[in-house]
Amino acid sequence: MKKFWAWGALIFGLLYFILPLIGMTNFSLKMRRGVYSLDAYAVVLGDPRFQQTFTYSILMALATIVFGVLLVVPTAYWVRLKLPGLRPYIEFVTLLPLVIPAIVIVFGYIRLYNTSSWLPLTGSITGTNILLMFGYATLALPYMYRSVDTGLRSIDIATLTEAAQSLGAGWTTILAKIILPNVLVAVLSGAFLTFAIVIGEFTMAALLNRPAFGPYMQLLGANRAYEPAALAVMSFALTWGCLGLIQLVSRFQKGAQSAT
Amino acid sequence: MSFLTLTSLQKSFGPVQVVKDFNMSIEKGEFISFLGPSGCGKTTVLRMIAGFETPSGGAITIDGKSQQNLRPNQRNIGMVFQAYALFPNMNVAENVAFGLKVAGRPKAEIDARVKEMLGLIKLDHLADRYPYQMSGGQQQRVALARALAPKPQVLLLDEPLSALDAKIRVSLREEIRQIQQQLGITTVFVTHDQEEALSISDRIVVMNAGKADQIGKPADIYNRPATRFVAGFVGTLNLIEAKVVDPAANRISIGDQGVTLREPLGNAKAGDTVSLALRPEAGSIAPDAKGDTALTGEVVSSNFLGSVIRTRMKVGESIISFDMFNSPGLVPPTVGETVTLRFTAGDLLVIRD
Repeated sequence: MKKFWAWGALIFGLLYFILPLIGMTNFSLKMRRGVYSLDAYAVVLGDPRFQQTFTYSILMALATIVFGVLLVVPTAYWVRLKLPGLRPYIEFVTLLPLVIPAIVIVFGYIRLYNTSSWLPLTGSITGTNILLMFGYATLALPYMYRSVDTGLRSIDIATLTEAAQSLGAGWTTILAKIILPNVLVAVLSGAFLTFAIVIGEFTMAALLNRPAFGPYMQLLGANRAYEPAALAVMSFALTWGCLGLIQLVSRFQKGAQSAT
Repeated sequence: MSFLTLTSLQKSFGPVQVVKDFNMSIEKGEFISFLGPSGCGKTTVLRMIAGFETPSGGAITIDGKSQQNLRPNQRNIGMVFQAYALFPNMNVAENVAFGLKVAGRPKAEIDARVKEMLGLIKLDHLADRYPYQMSGGQQQRVALARALAPKPQVLLLDEPLSALDAKIRVSLREEIRQIQQQLGITTVFVTHDQEEALSISDRIVVMNAGKADQIGKPADIYNRPATRFVAGFVGTLNLIEAKVVDPAANRISIGDQGVTLREPLGNAKAGDTVSLALRPEAGSIAPDAKGDTALTGEVVSSNFLGSVIRTRMKVGESIISFDMFNSPGLVPPTVGETVTLRFTAGDLLVIRD
């Protein structure tokens, strides 16, 4: 009897999640009347705005990941090594983007960095891109920080640091050659989550008026029928691809079984 | 002039002073062990030498050069940790090469040195293995090779054998000593295991509550403990309370049995209580046992420990343990039996705190 309920709950859960996806995928294939076709996908992929916004968002995601890694890895490492008492406060700060809406953050940015401010980042395209990257990094902070912090917990960073120091290594060498390679799986997990967040983000990109993929999806959704469904399926595939990559990297990273 | 000198070394963590006025001079090529219980400050002294802790006072010099303003990576000190601390992302050869790469040595020199070091620890065949693919003993040997590869002026070993099982511990400690003698490297070894310290050291520093209670050769530490703490910590020891009967003649009594000591009783007066130490292996109850002194008592327990049988007997208010080497025909004394323990009066040491 117990098994029956367990299977029942599992099947209900699967149907709850999968049925809308099946419906959406089915709809995305019905652009041509009466037959299944990939027309909606062809239209989306052939749209130059899709290529432009998708490329832009990928580049922004990569920049955000690099910035996020450079910011989070040394911070999490230093807090764990030298300032363990500050961990609860740092964790609290990294969780703030989950409770402060993106629209509040971006309005704050616009007020602080507009053309009449002391640092007029919104006055140029490069400046606005940088601002958007900071915004994305803020949104991804809870995921990136937690991933890296969990990775750091699995290794004895204090002893590894001292071992490296006794062999003559300075801080940069320790971070680049010892710490980063040993939390690579965690960093990549954070990176893929960051990638997924940046690709679908709408609010910040729209309010900073940048040609990102999120606003494009919204625009398409407001004006077309089948193409938004195709785009949503592609977005899901991309996100799941990222999650699959996290699993793959975790499995194949050399030395991953070791936790000194 | 000594190679490594620690002068009035002190360290406090907040209000707690963990190292108090620690002085020590170590000669080049010497193997020194810091021996003591947990929390006695031995690891803190080691970490101050390595540069991981900043002394609250005092000075450290190596080869005449003050280490005060040098960071850990500037000291040229090799260190082996209890937890191995091999870099999990690097294989054995890469781990051993790490210090040389950091120092910017040419590739050919690095390759040759790695090969030499792996030969020294007899793990040439495991150069491509990762730490998680090796046993604890193998990992610690790699850690030793890694610490030695950059040719450090001092080697520090922080309880390197504690995480290993008993058999590996014995073989690895012999290997460490052999490599140390082969390379002639000045070595400081921290341990709480007296057997380890006694077996491989040139000199031992017995630490207690942040200071050195006694510094000496292993035999001196064992045979002539300077304080009650050293006597109790190193080896198994009987601490016997005795009454002074005639200080001029070194005459004391244990229970109602009189004993004449070889050691002078110092300023003790008749009727004073003195503490005496006697090693369990110093006496024998065999009928043909030699010795100018005897104590008779009642057996309270007899335990088989493998190579020896340890028997405890009651003399006055004191319990005295003694060991008998196990042999197939040996009949251990039974509880309640009265036995006479014979030993040399010189084995009975007066403990002065």
